Amino acid sequence: MNNKAITAIAMALALPVAAYAEADDDTLVVNEEIEMVTKAAAPAHLADTLDEVMSGWHFRSDETQALQMDDFDNPAMVFVDQAMDTWTTVEGSAEKSCASCHDDVEDSMAGVRAVYPKWNEAAGEVRTLAMQINDCRENQMGAEKWKYTGGKMSAMEALISVQSRGMPVNVAIDGPVQSTWEQGKELYYTRTGQLELSCANCHEDNYGNMIRADHLSQGQINGFPVYRLKNTKLNTAHARFKGCVRDTRAETYSPGSAEFVALELYVASRGNGLSVEAPSVRN
Amino acid sequence: MKHISLTLAACLVGTVALAGETAPKEVVYDEYGAVETSLSGVAGDAASGALLVGDKSKGNCVACHQVSALADVPFHGEIGPSLDGAADRWNEAELRGLVANAKKTFEGTMMPAFYKVDGYIRPGDAYTGKAGAEPLPPILTAQEIEDVVAFLATLKED
Ligand code: HEC
Ligand code: HEC
Repeated sequence: MNNKAITAIAMALALPVAAYAEADDDTLVVNEEIEMVTKAAAPAHLADTLDEVMSGWHFRSDETQALQMDDFDNPAMVFVDQAMDTWTTVEGSAEKSCASCHDDVEDSMAGVRAVYPKWNEAAGEVRTLAMQINDCRENQMGAEKWKYTGGKMSAMEALISVQSRGMPVNVAIDGPVQSTWEQGKELYYTRTGQLELSCANCHEDNYGNMIRADHLSQGQINGFPVYRLKNTKLNTAHARFKGCVRDTRAETYSPGSAEFVALELYVASRGNGLSVEAPSVRN
Repeated sequence: MKHISLTLAACLVGTVALAGETAPKEVVYDEYGAVETSLSGVAGDAASGALLVGDKSKGNCVACHQVSALADVPFHGEIGPSLDGAADRWNEAELRGLVANAKKTFEGTMMPAFYKVDGYIRPGDAYTGKAGAEPLPPILTAQEIEDVVAFLATLKED
């Protein structure tokens, strides 16, 4: 082996040191009451790649973190309140509201967000929360579907998520969802676009590192929908996925597509064990 | 006139090279990933290379690399190694290969190829999120690569 080859190998081995997470050690307690698990032992299916999974909260500045610690400071809560009104608003040909079937959101929706996306036996498909919400609207209420990443949808997702805050994410990855999960995993590791980057390049190999002005997190979705200070609204997981794929100079998938549903299931499963934090706050 | 504008149009889509220019698909990499011959046939300009390295819409190299010589450009990333002293570690041909397609030097590296036009999964139309048709325009032109290489060649520490 000549000198150049040795140099090349030495650099390849020595330089891109395995991701060292510059995540901070702060603890997240919301409303001085809900203690969030923001770092957890990686779920078994990630044993070969990660020791620990971490909430995106750890990678944000102290100021941004603080906004998530009290509902009075959390700008996302306005949208939760709006969705609370929607919950009891009668709409559609069946003249029903969400509450007509599900009564008190605090009781009926506790724990729901923690296990989505999940298998729907009757429909024979993996359903995201957004898909389930739209199914209720169309087939139970006789109302129009909401836009997959729109304001009504993200607000309702936030309201439903709030009822599971602090509970561990626990999506199933086997049984009938297994093939979808495998598809999502494949997408996670596929290097797309002219920049030839996969989710894993940024969020598995480089979390903790800066990419230009951005501090890379593990790209977890336990905090979604998230309020972003940048666009002052709630952002859904699929909208975020779309932005990340676009940033690889690739043709994106559409929110709600089979690909993004599979990716959501897979990414959610990477956060099994973290608390449901939604709606969280990001820059 | 007509002929010239046709040639220019062809260059814009990155398929046809100017006289003296090596098209992306014609570049010869040696077994370690180095590229001996200038891609444009015109000497690179280090000053314009420095701008390309810092420019978000061009090389955006600082997204991943720290470069002390560009301290005035805000926010340098930590994904790749610092480029300080790059010219002590690599000769010009090696630097050209690294910028044109670093995967020929470092197999599987995260560093994007800046002079490559096809073979992508879901190629997009720049950062629009829409589909792009291969061959895509390379991220940097032949002359821009030469300019970046000329800048990198100034990064010496010893
Ligand atoms: C070129 C780098 C890059 C790639 C590739 C990439 N992302 Fe991201 N992603 C970012 C950056 C930068 C942010 C904002 C900072 C952060 O939270 O990591 C981000 C944020 C996220 C977030 C929000 C996390 C939070 O806590 O708010 C999610 C979720 C996410 N990415 C998922 C993905 C998925 C899924 C893919 C692949 C389809 C992907 N990303 C590909 C750079 C990337
Ligand atoms: C998305 C991240 C990324 C971008 C953008 C990027 N690089 Fe790199 N670069 C890397 C990584 C990672 C390595 C380390 C090689 C390896 O082992 O994978 C590297 C290695 C290098 C090296 C050799 C290492 C040394 O000794 O300094 C040079 C030179 C280099 N890059 C120049 C550039 C230039 C010039 C640009 C822009 C035109 C650029 N890079 C853009 C990630 C990137």
